Amino acid sequence: MKFETVIGLEVHTELKTASKIFCGCTTEFGGDQNTHVCPVCLGLPGVLPVLNEKVLEFAIRTGLALNCKISHYSKFDRKNYYYPDLPKNFQTSQYDLPICEGGYLDIEVGGETKRIGITRVHMEEDAGKLVHSGTISNSEYALVDYNRTGVPLLEIVSEPDIRTPEEAKAYLEKIKSILSYIDVSDCKMEEGSLRCDANISLRPVGQEQFGTKAEIKNVNSFKAVQRALEYEQERQEEVLSEGGRIIQETRTWDDSRGVTLSMRNKEQAQDYRYFPEPDLVPIVVDSEQIEAIRRSLPELPDARKARIMKEQGLSAYDAEVITATRPMADYFDALIAAGAEAKAAANWLMGEVSKLLNACSLDIRSCPVPPANLAEMIALIEKGTISGKIAKTVFEAMWNEGKTAPVIVKEQGLVQMSDEGELGNIVEAVIAANPQSVADFNAGKEKAVGFLVGQIMRQTKGRANPELVNRLLKEKLTGK
Amino acid sequence: MDLFRLKAHELQQKLFRREVSAVEITQSVLARADKVDSTIQSFITRTPEAALAQAKRVDEKLARGEAVSPLAGIPGALKDNMCTKGVKTTCASKILANFVPPYDATITEKLAAADAVIVGKANLDEFAMGSSTENSGFFVTRNPWDTDRVPGGSSGGSGAAVAAGEAIWSLGSDTGGSIRLPAAYCGVVGLKPTYGRVSRYGLVAYASSLDQIGPFARDVRDCALVLGAISGHDRRDSTSINAPVPDYTAKLESGVKGLKIGLPREYFVAGMQPEVEAAIRRSIDELVAMGAELVEVSMPHTQYALATYYLIATAEASSNLGRYDGVGFGHRGEGSDIVSMYKRSRAEGFGPEVQRRIMLGTYALSSGYYDAYYLKALKVRTLIKQDFDRAFGQVDVLIAPIAPTTAFKIGEKVEDPLAMYLVDVCTIPSNLAGVPALSLPCGFADGLPIGMQIIGPHLSEATLLQVAYTFEQAHDYHKQLAAIREVD
Ligand SMILES: [Zn+2]
Repeated sequence: MKFETVIGLEVHTELKTASKIFCGCTTEFGGDQNTHVCPVCLGLPGVLPVLNEKVLEFAIRTGLALNCKISHYSKFDRKNYYYPDLPKNFQTSQYDLPICEGGYLDIEVGGETKRIGITRVHMEEDAGKLVHSGTISNSEYALVDYNRTGVPLLEIVSEPDIRTPEEAKAYLEKIKSILSYIDVSDCKMEEGSLRCDANISLRPVGQEQFGTKAEIKNVNSFKAVQRALEYEQERQEEVLSEGGRIIQETRTWDDSRGVTLSMRNKEQAQDYRYFPEPDLVPIVVDSEQIEAIRRSLPELPDARKARIMKEQGLSAYDAEVITATRPMADYFDALIAAGAEAKAAANWLMGEVSKLLNACSLDIRSCPVPPANLAEMIALIEKGTISGKIAKTVFEAMWNEGKTAPVIVKEQGLVQMSDEGELGNIVEAVIAANPQSVADFNAGKEKAVGFLVGQIMRQTKGRANPELVNRLLKEKLTGK
Repeated sequence: MDLFRLKAHELQQKLFRREVSAVEITQSVLARADKVDSTIQSFITRTPEAALAQAKRVDEKLARGEAVSPLAGIPGALKDNMCTKGVKTTCASKILANFVPPYDATITEKLAAADAVIVGKANLDEFAMGSSTENSGFFVTRNPWDTDRVPGGSSGGSGAAVAAGEAIWSLGSDTGGSIRLPAAYCGVVGLKPTYGRVSRYGLVAYASSLDQIGPFARDVRDCALVLGAISGHDRRDSTSINAPVPDYTAKLESGVKGLKIGLPREYFVAGMQPEVEAAIRRSIDELVAMGAELVEVSMPHTQYALATYYLIATAEASSNLGRYDGVGFGHRGEGSDIVSMYKRSRAEGFGPEVQRRIMLGTYALSSGYYDAYYLKALKVRTLIKQDFDRAFGQVDVLIAPIAPTTAFKIGEKVEDPLAMYLVDVCTIPSNLAGVPALSLPCGFADGLPIGMQIIGPHLSEATLLQVAYTFEQAHDYHKQLAAIREVD
């Protein structure tokens, strides 16, 4: 029997508001344990929550960017459960009237565009962190750090429209891209500001009814989500093919072993006893407010990609990579504005710039070479002042020394030798000095040319115009 | 003269005329408590040093000729479910027996800003759940008029302290009648303001959508003064009302001429003590004689109020009290793992009534029961609100009994929770509707005070006080103080 995979994702993202969702404490990551706390986020007797208006604004921004309907009337609810990282033993969340519903986003997999539905986006508070004295099973005690307690979260729930682990990864990348574009979240999975739970089930191809699903938690990177789903897909297929039954349960992803493991049986589903949060008033948003936020939205990745393809003639692939994050796309736009040719600009951005940023663990917003300087350097290549090869050296020097390309080219004497007479003399001298290579060439060994080019480049310290060297060498060797 | 016998506004006059000092007033009240509190047991925590220090500051201010508020230097008490920074706030629960809040409730801050003197934290039914203070995790407060009887609850300590002269005024909280019942049983004035009129920030929650802080006082004018000091919008409480606070004493002497008084027939329940019913009806006749117009009104959903209350209040309580788990603060029981620690902490820390209500509320919210209980209760609550809206379309205020009987004997109802719950049948509807309601002494039966309830529409506190004042001035109930044997 052939099976079809059905995946739905729940993404939790921490919002980068300055203060927590229901109190004035900072949301800053890190800090000494239990220093970013107050009576409200510690859930002390008598405290009351007050909604941070910025959280609502960010939620609406996100909803609009994900093509959702924004609810004019929504409310908070309490989700009751006992856990020591949850000081009130309930989480203030949204249950039946979330702030955003019924949206979608488009992903691209294998050159095809696919639309994934967004069921809902809702606001809630984050929990604290347990620090165990040993491993989870043998700890004598655990300590609680409440610094993250009350940090605002959005939960973004997808429709079960995802069919492959690869689509799941593309969906997550798209979510991350959109959230970073609209500047509501840092989306740092390693700091826990983006988290993902995945629901996956299999059903025989052609069957409409969903199979029993497993929920996978504790997945810490996009790659891991894909791997976990691939593993789970295989596991479920094996169980079903052998006539077995999938148990509805929560499974945790063990990244080092590459397997999912059963956590607890969800058949005795936990009863969260949701009910409306009586300490907060319902959230009423009017159309004017929504439209004002809509007007403040930046150009989103899909629109930007389409624009760059149309205006600059870039390939879909290049445009996708360049528009994946807003700062990257901004940098690209700045290069074009400074006069750089689009394809060269894209290649430099995806090549040397990204390589050095990664090597230095830098964000493009702190790139030491400003776009205007890079555009100036690209122009030097085009004019033939420097070769593409030398340009890499020039770029590294710009990166390290902060100087402009013309200054570096001048200081280090890196101007390309394109004078036919001058270069011709060097070619002739090299031919004269290497009779063996000439003989090899005449004997049909094409490799000999490479050796001779290398000699010429060495003598010119790499400044020789490579095309010209090739032509001159061929002419002189074959006597044409 | 015994300063503790005077009203706040009388003391204020003496203070402004420099006939007495705030320290002398405070000393008088503290000395009275020294002599009667071993009998009445109003207080869980007394704060005489802080009270005297505060009184001294007020005297210094007066000496410098600085302007002070009407409550400046006047000693009062807080129900022990209101947070006081650095002073134990126990909710009369073993689970918070040693809890010292690191912050002040908004009302605590407001009273400090008004230079009021706080002499202690008053006893209550544990977490404000009860009608007699017998559910206190520590001890039972006694009714100053008959120490074999309960003072009412849950704010029994606050009511008894004012009636016994251990405080000139006090604050209580009212979720289903917890200010009005002890006010009636102790023969003082008690007011539950409109929901949201007084900030709940720092009031330890029992049932968030019903809880409201309000004053106890010896007469209506004092009640108006205290209400003025604690009311107002608070950005720390999202449910607080953003409306200006009027001078609640301004309309006191306006009389009741032309005022329409509604008599809700459903509030005169079967099994009422005849003297209580007679006193209420007589009081209404008097108000009519003073110029008010009587209209009989019907509030058909009143009979469902008690059941509705015990679903909504317990549901909210089951969640509000989740935080008492032994992890971050409060009593921690010994356990080999987290779950057994939770269980021991809560089993040891909570008394039987609190445990009963947590179970009721947990059940009402459970999946499969939610629609039949909690959701239905919310719908009935809306119907009850509509009863009030309709009634207030016809009348300015409603007059009803506070409770079917006068104060009952200690121990009389402890074995029968349902009988205890029925005590609140006349007070609960106004909590469900969020409207203000006042309890005013209107007579005695066998030496025990009877309370009359005056209920008004949202933010009509000034009108309630006006009606109450008019009635009060025609009687001398407010001039009587319970006779308590003083013990040296
Ligand atoms: Zn905080």
